[in-house]
Amino acid sequence: MLNPHLELNQDIFNSDVEKTPTRDGFGKGITELGDIDNNIVVLSADLTESTRADEFAKKFPERFFQVGVAEQNMAAIAAGLGVTGKTAFISSYATFSPGKNWETIRTTIAYNNANVKIAGHHSGIATGPDGATHQATEDIAITRVWPNMDVLVPCDSIEASKATIAIGKTTRPAYIRFTRDKSPIITTVKTPFEIGKMQTFWVSENPQATIFATGYMLYYALVAAKELEESNIQTLVVNVATIKPLDKVLTLTLAKQTGAFVTIEDHQVTGGLGSAIAELTSKNYPVPIEFIGLQDTFAESGDPQELRVKYKMDTQNIIEAVKKVIKRKK
Amino acid sequence: MNLFDLPENKLKELEIKAVEARKLVISTLLEAGSGHSAGPLGMADIFTAFYFHILNHNPKDPDWDDRDRLILSNGHICPIRYVSMAQSGYFPIEELKTLRKINSRLQGHPHRGALPGVETTSGPLGEGISQAIGIALSGKLDKKEFHVYCITSDGEHQEGNTWEAIMFAGKNKLENLTVVLDRNNIQIDGTTEAVMPLEPLADKYKSFNWHVIEVDGNNIMRFVDAVREARAVSEKPTIIIANTIPGMGVDFMENDFRWHGKPPNENEAKLALQELRTLQGKIESEY
Repeated sequence: MLNPHLELNQDIFNSDVEKTPTRDGFGKGITELGDIDNNIVVLSADLTESTRADEFAKKFPERFFQVGVAEQNMAAIAAGLGVTGKTAFISSYATFSPGKNWETIRTTIAYNNANVKIAGHHSGIATGPDGATHQATEDIAITRVWPNMDVLVPCDSIEASKATIAIGKTTRPAYIRFTRDKSPIITTVKTPFEIGKMQTFWVSENPQATIFATGYMLYYALVAAKELEESNIQTLVVNVATIKPLDKVLTLTLAKQTGAFVTIEDHQVTGGLGSAIAELTSKNYPVPIEFIGLQDTFAESGDPQELRVKYKMDTQNIIEAVKKVIKRKK
Repeated sequence: MNLFDLPENKLKELEIKAVEARKLVISTLLEAGSGHSAGPLGMADIFTAFYFHILNHNPKDPDWDDRDRLILSNGHICPIRYVSMAQSGYFPIEELKTLRKINSRLQGHPHRGALPGVETTSGPLGEGISQAIGIALSGKLDKKEFHVYCITSDGEHQEGNTWEAIMFAGKNKLENLTVVLDRNNIQIDGTTEAVMPLEPLADKYKSFNWHVIEVDGNNIMRFVDAVREARAVSEKPTIIIANTIPGMGVDFMENDFRWHGKPPNENEAKLALQELRTLQGKIESEY
């Protein structure tokens, strides 16, 4: 059942569950931050409305900088702001930032330890019809590899807003990932949020496996857990909103408790959430893991739901992965 | 006295400092065993002018909020920055011997986290003007009086990012930003005009709405005058195209692109130091 202590959205399993894109939460988050902190600045590379920086731009024009289609310049300007007392958010599609400007971020933000937050939008195959050029499916891998960098992936627009505000209150560099497509509201404004803390959203008495999900894919994990429970397979579902720093304590506790993991992400299975979990457990408490995500392939244009089915990232695939990983337990 | 007034005796003092700086560059590079020679020697006069005359800074309080910022975009010429910093009291001259060695604050390419007074991490080319812009924007938001200087190489004007930054600074009329372009005409693979032509640089900057000054970058007095002019400009950022001689002061290194990216060996260092001890022929060598 849904964890009763986390004040989650009780309508989550209804067919008419409210859906909004996580990028909306980013827009709300930076505007709220702008109200409480004069040192918040936002930079956009010609994608202001689409990345939901438009409200901030309207409300705080003197703290909003339009750089044009120039993601490297945007990152390095933000680094300059970030080493001079500002908290700078840069907002673009993730394939361009942190994709195209990867080395600029590495040197001027990560190594330089500049107070810059990289908002990567249009992540995953959920970007849909735009096609694989605009579907960022490697961004977690290329950001979590940097020292000094936090990496966050909120599960819905409410958590997106909380996560945006949370990173805006730190002075550390951070990458935060958003999606274009509408996705179900899972949390409520009362659900607690803390950087670096995983939360068990689905609980059961005798779980045989733990499902770790990051981003909006958490919804499909919860649907799978509910269906599995109806066929007497008990699981836990954990929301991994922070991929770096990874919540080591909870991960290893659940490895010992459940002995089998399934990881779910709208990202390549190499280098993302699944890899982070596998790196940790293989060193400390190895358990069998099944990885849901893109299997070393680029996707294509299409409706996001059709793409999830075609690329084996749908609820049914999660159910099969759970059954498989339980069989792999010794 | 105007901040940039440069009386004859002060000028002489700076010229002697610059020769001392070149000697320290040679001995530091010899000790390090790797690094770049031509750029640091060519820029010794400009760095001396900055650290001993132009910058409003405090070596004992490198993080002072109101200091002028000197951003080094072409991080590979950092030996001359380290030398100027040591000469002006940021750290002991002795520490120059640790350049490029393990546990040193003097990284092969400068790192902000390693040494107070280094404003940004640099080395990968084309990123400095952008960072200087960010600092200049922050200064404007906070209504600070500090000025932002950024030193760039000519070779890094082949990077797209450099032009993205030039476009942005022109659009935003950043008069609190002055960029110094080390126009020494060489890069690793040859002369800039052979590898990938940059001219007409002055016209390019003008068309991006910058104030353009061209100056002899090995003449301290003229360089200081150029900075004075830059500081008087409003509504535009300024580019000072400083024509420098790579390897300046060491006859066999001057204008030879092969000295861009290597240090002198022991014998070469000895020859270079002998030449520099004569203050480029102005006095007799002690040898």
